[in-house]
Amino acid sequence: MQLARVLGEVVSTMKDPSLTGLKMLILQPLAASGEATGRALVALDSVGAGVGEHVFFVRGREAAFPFYPAEPPADATVIGIVDHWDLE
Amino acid sequence: MQICRVVGTVVSTQKNKKLEGAKLMLVQPLTLEDTPRGTTLLAIDSVGAGIGDKVLVVIEGKAAGDALGKKAAAVDAAIIGIIDAVEVGA
Repeated sequence: MQLARVLGEVVSTMKDPSLTGLKMLILQPLAASGEATGRALVALDSVGAGVGEHVFFVRGREAAFPFYPAEPPADATVIGIVDHWDLE
Repeated sequence: MQICRVVGTVVSTQKNKKLEGAKLMLVQPLTLEDTPRGTTLLAIDSVGAGIGDKVLVVIEGKAAGDALGKKAAAVDAAIIGIIDAVEVGA
């Protein structure tokens, strides 16, 4: 998983039917310092996250698991909203 | 598996149900020379690791789900061991 900030939302009408009703977010992955790291990506939302919030997301096959028994074709899904994180 | 150092903890109230009760740690992957490599990741802790510990992390969904003890959990990384020592041949 990785920390990220929600930059925006993606709207798509013509899409895979199993994605119907699912929110798509634009995420900027963050390092522990809070700085942006790597490229922005699109992820599905399973927790009701909104623009500006800090979240964490899962990559890979596991990105479809929060929507079980549906199996949307996702490779990244937001699975938590971060209250805060603490460093050493 | 990768050698990482635990650098922080993450607190999240609103999260996927399968993650309830799971401890979320920020881990920094390391090279064999102990220098940071790549970006910080979040991993589920299943062994009671603490900040500053050098740990063994699996970065694969099935293995991470097994470490959490839940089937089909939406996790892709887990701490599965605390490293006592690493020996590298000359």
